[in-house]
Amino acid sequence: MSRQELISPEGLRVDGRRANELRRISCRASVLNSADGSAYYEQGNTKVLVAVYGPREPRNRSLAQQDHATINVEFNIAPFSTSERRKRSKGDKRLLEISSFVKQTFEGAIQTAIYPRSQIDIYIHLLQHDGGTLETCINAATLALVDAGISMMDYVCACTAGFIDETPILDLNFVEESSIEVPNLTVAIMPRNGNIALLQMESKLHSSKLEDVMELAVEGCKHIHRKLDQAVLVAAKDLADKLSN
Amino acid sequence: MLRNKSFVKRTRKGNIVRTVKEHYLRDDIACGYEKCTSKVCENARKEAEDQGKTTANGINLAAPLSASPRTAVEWGPHYLVPDTNAFVNQIDIFERPIINNVIVLSTVLDELRGLSMAVYNRVRVIIKDSERRWFVFSNEHHRETFIDRQTSESPNDRNDRAIRVAVKWLCKHLVGSSITPILVTNDENNIRKACEDGVNVCRMEGFLKIYSEHPELFDMMGSVSINDRNSADPGWSGYPEYLTPVQIQAGLNSGMFLQGTLQIAPYNYLEGSIYTEFPDGKERRVLILGRKDMNRAIQGDKVVIQILPKSSWRVAPSTALVDEDEDIVPDVSEKSGTTDTTSIVPDTGANSEESRKRARLSQKSTANKAQEKKSGVTIVGSDSSEQDEKSQPEPEPIKPADVGDDLSEGEPTGRVVGIVRRNWRSYCVFLDPNFMHKGVRTSNAPVSVSVLAMDRRIPKIKIRTRQLDILSGQRFVVAVDSWPKESRYPLGHFVRALGDAGDKATETEVLLLEHDVPFQPFTQNVRSDLPAEGEKWIFNPVRDQVSSGRRRDLRDINVCSIDPPGCTDIDDALHAVELPNGNFQVGVHIADVTNFVKPNTAMDKEAAYRSTTVYLVDRRIDMLPELLGTNLCSLRANVDRLAFSCIWELDPEANIVDVTFHKSVIHSKASLTYEAAQNRIDDPSMTDAITNSIRSLNMLAKKLRKRRMEAGALTLSSPEVRFRLENDSQDPVDVEMKALKETNALVEEFMLLANISVAGKIYQHFPDSALLRRHPEPPAQNFDNLQHALKPLGIQLETGSSLALAQSLDRAVLPSDPYFNNLLRILTTRCMMQAQYFCSGTCTPEEFRHYGLATQIYTHFTSPIRRYADVMVHRLLHASIDRDAVYGSELTDKTKMNEQCEILNHRHRMAQQAGRSSVELYTNLFFKGKTVEEFGYVTQVLQNGFSVLIPSYGIEGIVYTASKDNTKDPAALEYEKESHTLTSPDKKSTIGLFNRVQVILKVDDKPVSANVSSMRRKLSLQLVEPQIPRLSISFDELKALRAAASATKQNEQDEEKIVEAVTKHPEQIRNV
Repeated sequence: MSRQELISPEGLRVDGRRANELRRISCRASVLNSADGSAYYEQGNTKVLVAVYGPREPRNRSLAQQDHATINVEFNIAPFSTSERRKRSKGDKRLLEISSFVKQTFEGAIQTAIYPRSQIDIYIHLLQHDGGTLETCINAATLALVDAGISMMDYVCACTAGFIDETPILDLNFVEESSIEVPNLTVAIMPRNGNIALLQMESKLHSSKLEDVMELAVEGCKHIHRKLDQAVLVAAKDLADKLSN
Repeated sequence: MLRNKSFVKRTRKGNIVRTVKEHYLRDDIACGYEKCTSKVCENARKEAEDQGKTTANGINLAAPLSASPRTAVEWGPHYLVPDTNAFVNQIDIFERPIINNVIVLSTVLDELRGLSMAVYNRVRVIIKDSERRWFVFSNEHHRETFIDRQTSESPNDRNDRAIRVAVKWLCKHLVGSSITPILVTNDENNIRKACEDGVNVCRMEGFLKIYSEHPELFDMMGSVSINDRNSADPGWSGYPEYLTPVQIQAGLNSGMFLQGTLQIAPYNYLEGSIYTEFPDGKERRVLILGRKDMNRAIQGDKVVIQILPKSSWRVAPSTALVDEDEDIVPDVSEKSGTTDTTSIVPDTGANSEESRKRARLSQKSTANKAQEKKSGVTIVGSDSSEQDEKSQPEPEPIKPADVGDDLSEGEPTGRVVGIVRRNWRSYCVFLDPNFMHKGVRTSNAPVSVSVLAMDRRIPKIKIRTRQLDILSGQRFVVAVDSWPKESRYPLGHFVRALGDAGDKATETEVLLLEHDVPFQPFTQNVRSDLPAEGEKWIFNPVRDQVSSGRRRDLRDINVCSIDPPGCTDIDDALHAVELPNGNFQVGVHIADVTNFVKPNTAMDKEAAYRSTTVYLVDRRIDMLPELLGTNLCSLRANVDRLAFSCIWELDPEANIVDVTFHKSVIHSKASLTYEAAQNRIDDPSMTDAITNSIRSLNMLAKKLRKRRMEAGALTLSSPEVRFRLENDSQDPVDVEMKALKETNALVEEFMLLANISVAGKIYQHFPDSALLRRHPEPPAQNFDNLQHALKPLGIQLETGSSLALAQSLDRAVLPSDPYFNNLLRILTTRCMMQAQYFCSGTCTPEEFRHYGLATQIYTHFTSPIRRYADVMVHRLLHASIDRDAVYGSELTDKTKMNEQCEILNHRHRMAQQAGRSSVELYTNLFFKGKTVEEFGYVTQVLQNGFSVLIPSYGIEGIVYTASKDNTKDPAALEYEKESHTLTSPDKKSTIGLFNRVQVILKVDDKPVSANVSSMRRKLSLQLVEPQIPRLSISFDELKALRAAASATKQNEQDEEKIVEAVTKHPEQIRNV
């Protein structure tokens, strides 16, 4: 059996996108009332819900840091997120890996020094899975943190890019991601100064090609930044409307 | 716009899950018409222009459809939009270059990929050819042509509708241009609906009428309906129906059925077999005998079989030529072909008890199946379902799990119940002699004829043709379309003519086609990847990175090359220098092909596709364009050439002290032939640097060789001959055995050393994706027959390890017959497994072993000009030694590497066979019209014949002991199982392995079209000695033949030598 053609000679990918196109993004902040900040974020068929609590008193005193806040990230995949129901235990290494990536990313972006002896909890729930988990988690968490009013240096926007048949492609979906030979690069940047908050890659890619792929991913991040910005504006307008009433 | 596509899919585990995929619809998809004025199309054209996607003659690749396409009376200027079945059935027509301006819908492409990858790839090749002006319209992603499947619609209906909608949209879109898109389909339903929708539609026949100046296109039409062709075939009851895919799957899961690739015996097209893994994990062979049980499967098809009851297992020898299990239906056409002496299948109507019972069984089981289908009971897995309901108890089919290793009850036989994948290709054929010259034909109406394939494993194929008179005596290509169960033979269509049978050019093309050797000249695309300087290319220290230190300058070293005479593609050169510490520096320098062939260029892809250079007797089919192969890469003397060098420090005992690899530039001081090099070694007066270097090499090579032999490397043998060709006509005038000199061994030894060193290096750096070569150990039972035959001679082969085998081969010498050892080595070679390329990530390190060379790891590095494997190894090695080397997934991707390995193995095998066939062709040309008497050795004993190897010509042929009509006439020799010999009824003479016999060789000199055997160009052998009544040629005849031979001798001075040799030999033999 021949392998699936991930990008046709006509330049269309399996789902009809061109190489440099993102999937459709829709997002909304303030979706949960009980949380301090929350966001719902969709990128294609990948859907996540994030709730942020804090800054608040650490549940465990020993965790408290004298000079800055601790960030706690919990990541969960809903058993119904794929068509084959599968429950994951809490100690699943895949979950821990993603949560630690998200944690590291935001430790650099949140101004933790202004919240000493406190804890910020980020709870991420993946509702539907179709590739690009890490990027959607980071983008959604950014939105929820902004919604919670936590001081950050900047937004953190993440995007994936891969490399198929000599062409860099943006925003891999599940089919593209699960093909082993496709390198999968996730980049998170802080768009204002272009600093890179996270750079992570699976599979192999020759270093000479890395630059092109990264450039494309950064382009994608910038686009996502505009989307998040709009969502924040909408949320702020909502809030303003509520306040003025 | 976004749609979600949802479908149900079975996972690998067998669970059924629903998959949801995103499906984006776009509005920026152009129509492909080169002058379209709509905004979208203009933008697409402009973008393509900006990216340089235009061809030299102004075709924009984003819009290749011509503004002035072909015009038909009925429709005016038009584009064709074929549907899926049009491609599947008529791909040969679409491949004709006259058919251009075709729109391929993405719906059609998707369907094609599901139906037949082969056709899909062929369509893709056409689309790629910009001259053809084919265009892919991605209607599935176009906002206005995408349609959702309606609840009442089947996926097929939905796709048909999608095609109609797309054509309709194109129609509307192109309205301003006066060009009409026409849907080409043969589906009645589709045609009707299209007419209702107002879509222009035509049938395949209708569209061919437009090309009325090409009448051969009609012959190329694939058969769609069989009613008209299946002319009366009395007594043919039809084949059993295949089981449904669900039944097959269930049967495979429950272990009732087995799956494997059908291999037909080369000498009997009614004996097939599959090698497959049984439930106990062992691989065994299952025979599939007779047309009915093969049930329309052709050589290479992947089939599902059921094991037959033990009563129908076969007890006779496995290598039997003739098998009694012929269908009970007499084959009319075959019977009339009595002139055919080589078609081996007996045509007896084989009314043996056995086959009658079997036929009854298979008919009955068909009936059973039919009944079961009605009652809704599946046959699969329910053991009782095969039970005969009536009084007559029929044995049940056997579960594969119950088949053991004990073959006392015979070999298991099976029956094809379903086809997993067809492996049909185009076949080179000739017309069945029964259909030739049937009087003058008056009308031009097509007639139905059957054709015989050159590959005797392929059954007859029925085609319809209007060019009967032209085709007789010609070779041509046909493709198989279908094999309905009512038809005894598969149905096919004419593709193209090749030329007159017996003509050297035609026959060579036939053998290239039959061995799947790509032999077309290199395309412009490929040639454009050659260095721009062409012949004038010279070494440049800056460009070639000597200045930057990435390539070493070794031009001052005394390097020379040693090759066979007339060799123009010199892959390798050598040097040896004695170092001050008494050690030797030895270098093997291999042409640096990868400096010119960069990954993923057109040239690289072509080379990967060809995989190897094919050597025929009279020509060479290159893997790389001539400029590289014989000039820029070839390490010729006295020019600077780029090389990849492997340099060792060896101590005087030839142990490796150190090894390094470099890209380098060398300046070969001499290119010698084996003979010249040998002369230099032998001539004590020569003391120049080159000669000394060769002497050192020779000294070290001998030590290396000795060590290798001690480790258990095998010296095997194969009969190899070289033809001396007449200069002008390239007709063979003489045959000689290839001679081996000491210097051959010298070169070989260092090539092996280089290959082994490189293999270790690349495996160390790419443990998952190194390209290696292994040679599995042959299982002991491969030697059974040979051991049996050796027993009376008091010789025992130790097959435990390669070392033991090598030693026992060395001991196996008969003082009475100097050729015996050589013969034994030839036969031992045939018991070996095939060496193969593989990717290191797919095998365990224990399996890497190369049995024949007795080395733990091996690869091919030394012939990159003629083998693609070496090109890949060069890239891997370069990536291992140069940190700055740029490489992509082609070196690291295990899957891709593995796929390429399979192509390499296939091409390698085919190239070898093509080479052998070419020798055979020339042998036949050489013997044409001659009658030669020669001695030979029996190499194989079969049930109704034995094969004889004739050492002086290196050819092998079969002597038949039973004629085709062996039921009327008892065989002159009977097969005896215990001794594996053939014995005459009076027990006076026997024929067994290694026996020395005297035979007469001749090629039928009759007009080529007269009979099947000459169409298949077979050499025929007749026994002279020992004299066996009714088999050997009589003395009178012999005398006449000898007289004729000496007459030829007087006539043709050229052949004097050979005839002399021939006439001299008999006495010698009798003296022995």
